[in-house]
Amino acid sequence: MNMLHTINKSPFENSTASSCLKLCTKDSSILFIEDGVISVMKSTKFSETIENALKEFKMYVLKPDLEARGLPLNNVIEGVEIVGYEEFVDLTTEHKTVQSWL
Amino acid sequence: MSDEQIVKKFMYVNRKSPYGTIYALESLEVVLISAAFDQDVSLTFTDDGVYQLMKNQQTDGIGMKNFSSTYSALGDYEIKKIFIDKESLDERGLSLSDLQELVWEDEDEDYAEKSSINLVSRAELSEIMNQQDVVLSF
Amino acid sequence: MKLGILINEGPYQHQASDTALQYVKAALKKGHEIYRVFFYNDGVNNATRLATPPQDDRNITKEWSSLAKDHGIDLVVCVAAAQRRGILDKGEAERNGKDSDNIEDGFRISGLGQLVEAGIQADRLITFGD
Repeated sequence: MNMLHTINKSPFENSTASSCLKLCTKDSSILFIEDGVISVMKSTKFSETIENALKEFKMYVLKPDLEARGLPLNNVIEGVEIVGYEEFVDLTTEHKTVQSWL
Repeated sequence: MSDEQIVKKFMYVNRKSPYGTIYALESLEVVLISAAFDQDVSLTFTDDGVYQLMKNQQTDGIGMKNFSSTYSALGDYEIKKIFIDKESLDERGLSLSDLQELVWEDEDEDYAEKSSINLVSRAELSEIMNQQDVVLSF
Repeated sequence: MKLGILINEGPYQHQASDTALQYVKAALKKGHEIYRVFFYNDGVNNATRLATPPQDDRNITKEWSSLAKDHGIDLVVCVAAAQRRGILDKGEAERNGKDSDNIEDGFRISGLGQLVEAGIQADRLITFGD
């Protein structure tokens, strides 16, 4: 397996998610955590970017961070898998390298 | 230091401009320490990280220490793989001539100075990143 | 697997240390080994025992300390980053002529080499920061 990228910033706050998407190779995975979870909400200015990127990358979002922010799980873009901390751990061990986009 | 002969590919990814936050300086401190561990070390400058290498940094006015000259010592630490994201330069209206030159001395060629800088496209950079064992992003 | 953890932000200001705590708890539950947790940048501020968060809030420093005690986790604070930010153990306080130390039990101060070593020895190094 290739790399796991984690993103913890809102796409409305800065360009980290865009930078990550530009530098990901195919069959990389992206996990959205902390304020990064805002990236995978439906019907935002950023949704289309995620929907297009889903064709190339696997994407995951951390459920406790969605819940903490009152973001409804049914508002997560389809195809993005909702995971907990244990799956977060699995993702880090299943991929060769983890890059945290700080 | 490790007794075992593990050599991993370490990449330090610099994405922030210097002085506004401490990340550039403290990233550089890790890089210098890592040189002592005989690992395969490379540095990437992308996004605002390219500003770390600007020539003519003058910090007297802000009362902070100018650490830009430390980058030119990387070659002495045998750190000679420096990747600069060309698109990040382009986006910012910069070119390599705006950045300081980084060189290393090749012992096998009578200490000839060679450039450490590799200007790479995003596609090349993502391939290089993908080959790393450890990626530290500051 | 052996996991190395790097924390680059202080407690409360940013979620990084909280996320790392949850991650480490989940990793332990799954039977992984935490090779080391290294605190760098403002992350060194996680180690002060002098912080007094409100009673109804979590105490991140205490959580790290008790987790380390229960599971034998090596919590290492970067000496250079700690000196800049006033995080001291007894030895550092004496060496630098300071009137007190402030490091919580279970944390130790050491060099950046410990981070690089974690990168070499652990199967994965996971960073939590801003």
